[in-house]
Amino acid sequence: METLTCNTLVLGAGPGGYVAAIRAGQLGLDTVIVEGEAHGGTCLNVGCIPSKALIHAADEFEKATHFANGNPLGITAAKPKLDLAKTIEWKDGIVDRLTGGVGGLLKKNKVRSVMGWGRMVDGKTCEVTTKDGTVTIKAQNVILATGSTAVEIPSLPFGDKVISSTEALALEKVPGKLVVIGGGYIGLELGIAYAKMGAKVTVVEAMERILPQYDKDLTKPVMASLKSLGIDVMLHTKAKGLTDDGKGLLVEANGDGEKTLEADKILVTVGRRAKTDGWGLDELDLSMNGPFIWINDKCQTSMTGVYAIGDVTGEPMLAHRAMAQGEMVAEIIAGKNRTFDKVSIPAVCFTDPEIVTTGLSPDEAKEQGFDTKVGTFPFAANGRAMTMEGETGFIRIVARKDNDLVLGIQGVGKGVSELSAAFSLALEMGATLDDVAGTIHAHPTQSEGFQEAALKALGHALHI
Amino acid sequence: MGLHKIQMPDVGEGITEAEVVGWNVKVGDVVREDDVLAEVMTDKATVEIPSPVDGTVQAITGEVGEMVAVGTVIISLEVEGEGNEAEISAEASAPAPAPEPAPAPAPEPEVAPAPAPAPAPKAAAVVQKPTVSGKVPAATSRRAEGEKPIASPAVRKRAMDAGVKLAYVQGSGPAGRITHDDLDAYMAGASAPVGGGIASRAPNMAVEEIRVIGLRRKIAERMQDAKSRIPHITYVEEVDVTDVESLREHLNANRKEGQNKLTILPFIMKAMVIAIRDYPKLSSHYDDGNDMLYQYGAAHIGMAAQTPGGLMVPVIKHAETHDIWGLAAESKRLADAARDGSITRDELTGSTITISSLGRMGGIVSTPVINSPEVAIVGVNKVMTQPVFKDGGFVPRKIMNLSSSFDHRIVDGWDAAEFIQRIRGLLENPATLFMEG
Repeated sequence: METLTCNTLVLGAGPGGYVAAIRAGQLGLDTVIVEGEAHGGTCLNVGCIPSKALIHAADEFEKATHFANGNPLGITAAKPKLDLAKTIEWKDGIVDRLTGGVGGLLKKNKVRSVMGWGRMVDGKTCEVTTKDGTVTIKAQNVILATGSTAVEIPSLPFGDKVISSTEALALEKVPGKLVVIGGGYIGLELGIAYAKMGAKVTVVEAMERILPQYDKDLTKPVMASLKSLGIDVMLHTKAKGLTDDGKGLLVEANGDGEKTLEADKILVTVGRRAKTDGWGLDELDLSMNGPFIWINDKCQTSMTGVYAIGDVTGEPMLAHRAMAQGEMVAEIIAGKNRTFDKVSIPAVCFTDPEIVTTGLSPDEAKEQGFDTKVGTFPFAANGRAMTMEGETGFIRIVARKDNDLVLGIQGVGKGVSELSAAFSLALEMGATLDDVAGTIHAHPTQSEGFQEAALKALGHALHI
Repeated sequence: MGLHKIQMPDVGEGITEAEVVGWNVKVGDVVREDDVLAEVMTDKATVEIPSPVDGTVQAITGEVGEMVAVGTVIISLEVEGEGNEAEISAEASAPAPAPEPAPAPAPEPEVAPAPAPAPAPKAAAVVQKPTVSGKVPAATSRRAEGEKPIASPAVRKRAMDAGVKLAYVQGSGPAGRITHDDLDAYMAGASAPVGGGIASRAPNMAVEEIRVIGLRRKIAERMQDAKSRIPHITYVEEVDVTDVESLREHLNANRKEGQNKLTILPFIMKAMVIAIRDYPKLSSHYDDGNDMLYQYGAAHIGMAAQTPGGLMVPVIKHAETHDIWGLAAESKRLADAARDGSITRDELTGSTITISSLGRMGGIVSTPVINSPEVAIVGVNKVMTQPVFKDGGFVPRKIMNLSSSFDHRIVDGWDAAEFIQRIRGLLENPATLFMEG
């Protein structure tokens, strides 16, 4: 049995873990990272990246379909065909390049990778089952970055027909009828993609509305888009289980009694839960924060020398949050004084149209006791948006009434995900409305809508 | 228009480099002839560099605290007429100039040579004044106590690195944003922390960076050198100065015009002069690198003096030639010169033994550090009236301790003790000071 010793052990090579390891390596800490599957974790292998690849392919296919069906641009083309297996192959190629890249970065920064399932024995020791036997790793510092997994519905166990997002990103062909259980961002992103690729999609949501974490103004354009894509949305509806013949899904709709939905595939996206089992958390006896590992603002757990980052520590379960935490923890271990002091953790929903949120929404700002000014600028009044057939949606800016400090920025519209950079920077820099309004935004771009929203909040928007 | 270049002057025998301790001008300043441009410091003395011409400062080389070789061009002035570049470059090509600190190489060596020697490379060495602004942030943008501080990520990182909690820092930017300048001001102690009520209890995390330069660096070097190389032996003895004190009071009461008021130091110096006659080894220089002891016939007594800039040791040359009044007069002259900065380099060098006294703050014991390469230093502690058991009863006596250190490589404990006992005997029987002197 092989024994390794190191300064810092990272358990899990997802975006949080591998960033922590790279930074630790840069800082000269002797670092070992343990991964049971592949470098990159959920994000690179079965999350952010592959889903964006699939969404892009679906968009391209839809565009081609659009061309075949007559369009204002005057383009005609033959009806397109989609070989999904080939699309998936292309997606896998991207994933391979990125995961390989992560492995290379780790190596470049002198991080040792141990591939195998790791299990903590105590706060300083991890036993890893590798294909060559057990490796024991002893470390002075441990960073737990075990991530999250898709939540299963007990009455609908994952299998051939009932799938999670992981399987949905590796289908061989487009299902004729796809039922998506859960109207959150994962379900809608994939549901929209498959609808664009030709599936008849039904979204089943138990709550009164889709994307419940966003306010109604932001979700309204998405709702309209679902309708135009022919996606049925059943609200107040609960999934009960498969029909006896196993061909359909039994649902109970808002007290209307049970109904059967025919389905070739049933995609369950009812959330993700922290990965707290299977790696020895019990041995550590850490304080918990509900289903998550409790951490303070330095990502320290209740055990000295043990840190936790990313999804296993709770919401928001976002790769960039985990990365920022990982970087910070490596610096803390290296002796720097750091706390997690970010003003904003932006969130992007890659539906069609996309939604970006940073900072506080108008309602959240009010709840926190701020008197606010809100400025909203619709893309319908933005030249660039018109030229790319993206007139739905808007940019909204929320600021303090007394001193114009920007508290939050949200946007919904075609391609707004890239505007998140400007939004986040404004918040982190502590911008006021005048800072945004006083910055020249290039014409013609969608970002002009950002400047105009600030001007609107100041009471003198120019183009509306 | 031409350039007049001013070199680091040769400030004394054998000096090859001098430290820049202050700039009185900056790039762009217009200067007149005889304006003081800079102050540089050699071994002990500070020298002012006056401008020989009228002109505009074009470039400055050497940051405060930097050692600059004699002959290096430290200031370039733009002047009417031709300037002195031709002479300077002629000199520079003379053999064996002192090594110059190399200016940063130009980034693009392939650039065609400029027609005139470009002052550009000097730009890198241009002195930057510390930019601590004393201005207090505008009160209008004050953040209420407990409100989250607003600052850019760069400011936040700097604050964390410096151990400063931004919650205490006042912000002057829009919406009370904390700028880099605000953080500088807070760390320099120039702005009041947020929340008046907690100010007095807020931990002061400020760390001020003070470069050790000039006289302070000199002192530091000498002390470090003396303490690390010389095995010190310190000997403390009690001296009954009742009689010498009453003599001193008598002499002060009857002093003539032009005579300085006497302290006890001239008496101790006088005693040292006599004791050195008996123990000549104590007035010497030990060149430990060459295993050589230079034993002086003279008693050049260094006199440690506190000046606004720090410790200086003016030297009473040939103390053996002075009487009590002469020693007092010379002590006062040198101490005044050291304090007002008019002391010359010559008056600060050449001591063969040193006396150190803090007067009424002299404490009861001290462990003086030998003024290398000397081998002895006599530390004078304060005079205290104490009960002494004498002739069957307690009587009040004036008691003073002498705490003296010796280089144990040269001076054995026995010799040290004999030397001090000799001084003690002379001071306790003041008449002998004059009989033997």
